[in-house]
Amino acid sequence: MSKDIRINRGLSLKLEGEAEKELVKAPRSKTYAIKPPDFHALVPKMVIKEGAKVLAGDELFFSKYTNELRFTSPVSGTLKQIKRGEKRKIMEVIIEADPEDTYKDFGKMDAASSDAEAVKQRILESGCGAFINQRPYDIVADPKDTPKAIFISAVSTAPLAPDWGFILKEKQAAFQEGINALKKLTPGKVHLGVDASSAQYLKDIKGVELHNVKGPHPAGNVGVQIHKIDPINQGDRVWTVNPEDVTIIGNLFLTGNYIADKTVAVTGSEAANRKYFATKIGGEVADLINKVDEDVRIISGNVLTGLKLAYDQHISFFSNEVTLIPEGNNYRAFGWLPFTYNNIHSNSRTSLSFLFPNRKFKPTTNLNGEERALVVTGEMEEVLPMDVYPMQLIKACMAGDIEKMENLGIYEVAPEDFALVEYVNTSKIEIQDVIRLGLDLMITEVG
Amino acid sequence: MEWIRQKLDKIKEPFAPGKKYEKYAPAVNAIDTFLFTPNHTTQKGSHIRDAVDLKRTMITVVLALVPVMIFGMWNAGYQYYSQLGEAFTFWEALGHGALKFIPMIVVSYAVGLGIEFAFAIFRGHEVNEGYLVTGLLIPMIMPIDLPLWMLALSVVFAVLVGKEAFGGTGMNILNPALTARAFAFFAYPTYMSGNQVWVSEASKVDAVSGETILGSLAAGDNVSYGMMDMFYGIIPGSVSETSTLLILVGALLLILTKVGSWRIMLSAVIGAIAMGLIFNALPSLGIPGNELTNFPWYGHLIVGGLAFGIVFMATDPVSAAQTMKGKWIYGFLIGFLSVMIRVFNPAYPEGVMLGILLMNVFAPTIDHYVIQSNIKRRKKRINADNTQVKTAV
Repeated sequence: MSKDIRINRGLSLKLEGEAEKELVKAPRSKTYAIKPPDFHALVPKMVIKEGAKVLAGDELFFSKYTNELRFTSPVSGTLKQIKRGEKRKIMEVIIEADPEDTYKDFGKMDAASSDAEAVKQRILESGCGAFINQRPYDIVADPKDTPKAIFISAVSTAPLAPDWGFILKEKQAAFQEGINALKKLTPGKVHLGVDASSAQYLKDIKGVELHNVKGPHPAGNVGVQIHKIDPINQGDRVWTVNPEDVTIIGNLFLTGNYIADKTVAVTGSEAANRKYFATKIGGEVADLINKVDEDVRIISGNVLTGLKLAYDQHISFFSNEVTLIPEGNNYRAFGWLPFTYNNIHSNSRTSLSFLFPNRKFKPTTNLNGEERALVVTGEMEEVLPMDVYPMQLIKACMAGDIEKMENLGIYEVAPEDFALVEYVNTSKIEIQDVIRLGLDLMITEVG
Repeated sequence: MEWIRQKLDKIKEPFAPGKKYEKYAPAVNAIDTFLFTPNHTTQKGSHIRDAVDLKRTMITVVLALVPVMIFGMWNAGYQYYSQLGEAFTFWEALGHGALKFIPMIVVSYAVGLGIEFAFAIFRGHEVNEGYLVTGLLIPMIMPIDLPLWMLALSVVFAVLVGKEAFGGTGMNILNPALTARAFAFFAYPTYMSGNQVWVSEASKVDAVSGETILGSLAAGDNVSYGMMDMFYGIIPGSVSETSTLLILVGALLLILTKVGSWRIMLSAVIGAIAMGLIFNALPSLGIPGNELTNFPWYGHLIVGGLAFGIVFMATDPVSAAQTMKGKWIYGFLIGFLSVMIRVFNPAYPEGVMLGILLMNVFAPTIDHYVIQSNIKRRKKRINADNTQVKTAV
């Protein structure tokens, strides 16, 4: 039972530095960190103090406003440090890892034949609730809600994105069990987006509505798939889960342990050892990449939506990818001349880069211009395959006009859906940030 | 280049934040970023960015204007010498036109950019590049003999009232270049229309008739130019408007670079043809019509400022409709109304200026209704959803 989704508008960027399809076991990091800012709008409340011993799966903190939502340790070890930022906001919870993991035992459970409430409780107490995201607003799901559907996208179209087909290859049983568990959380359907490169078994997974996705980026974005399958209306709640996180949930039910395995692809033109690494959530980025200086940008995630990292920091909770690209803090003489600097990709045709559709580009972090007022029209629609007027929505977000935002479809979008819009934008406005602020306003005003 | 960079950094020191001349930084930055694309890097969100920026976009439009401009200068000289009956060379013709036209460009840029810089400093934002195009368009659509002070005044009006009063680049409702022309048109009608203004120094030499084709048609006279002359542009008129051929070259560049909207251009041409065909059909309906209504529909496309207006003015992204569907409607109506005004009102032989300005005013309304249909679709979905739930319960 599969339905096809065809996306026509969009842009698949071809960049230098794809990861080789070879899985390597990453060295065990000395420390692992869970970073509360990875969960937008979360206010964490610690349950243990520095120096306390934890098992893998032991609770570290919970959400102040949704007490059921717990966040647990990916490894066993000692709570080394609670790093705080401004106003004592918790930035990082760092655990010094034991040489070997000992797991907290939650007990095996057959999700398919269990009571829905018990399944939910198991997911929450093990900390797997953190994997479940909610649309609208793109925040951690509130367990009190009942989502109308759950969406999983196993399609990667983002530039240099890790190949889900490769990551999930050996994880069939866990994935199926994860789906069985997620199915209990919604009265609606569990939708799974796959494409031609997906692992064969994904097409035989039971209990999901399968969607064959074709087209350029952002076709792989779960938000775009939701929009095409069953768009979000005002008041709706749908949940989304990353495919590899489904297998973590599955393993929880199969083994009774919270096994926070993550496959992280190291990509980008500046990465020396571009491979897939088997590691744990929140590992040190330094263990996966070559030593780099200030002139290289380390991104946890992909180039369009990732987070800037320093060499001594930890990989973000949701990242399956670390990207290394050169910093672009240099001047370019007469960079505005049309048809010059054709080595920089452009979706507009004021650069001749469009004549080389198969060339792999090596982008830097240079802004290639300065921020300006919004002038050019039509460029955003080209890369946003949604029935949403991007420029009008962005302006409504900037103005904080709640009614307009609602009318123009703020519930259907997440910042990541606007990543390409931000990339092509002539006026160099931080559009993902604008959308995020708009969503935050909706959270406080509408909830 | 490295040496210039170091000099610039040195010059910029007193303008840095917290320093003495911090306030004037936008002015220095404007010059700096003209020489060098800055070293600014992304901080969050998308870490990589497209090569395009507003400067590139605007310069592309300027490039598209250059062939038209050079031809226009030559044509100004050609019209002058040929009507006098003197012998002349290509370079003399170009020289005569350039001598007239380059001061206009200088005045337009000096006055317009002066105001832009002042507002950037006053408002504390960077100088936007929009005026690079506007500043070239304004002299191109004025009669070549227009006194420079009138040009300067028109520029002041266009930039202050047409643009900055609405909040600056990106916020204006009317096309600034056409605002300047409309201002001059209504403030100094004798310098802007009639049969004395469209050939260089026609008013000083009695023998010269500087009448444009639309002007003679409106007066009921016969047109002494062939269709190919009109297409190549060897006819009286402002610098920009005469050569349809080179306007098409510019249009091609705008469309290929995706800087100008082909939707607006195409729909405007369709609109103009539609109106032209309606007028041409009058005789067969038993209405004799006049010189203007009987002027063939394809002729409307190549005389007057219609082609230039459609390619370079109607496609101004700020004052045009911003939605895809809106652009089709907006373009069509510009073509349709321009020809209508041109034919019905002999006092305004050039209808395209008024046609575009009128549609500039209506563009937000068109967009509003296009967007409303999107909103309605969304609301309908909610209602459908609710009824579903009800029936399920």
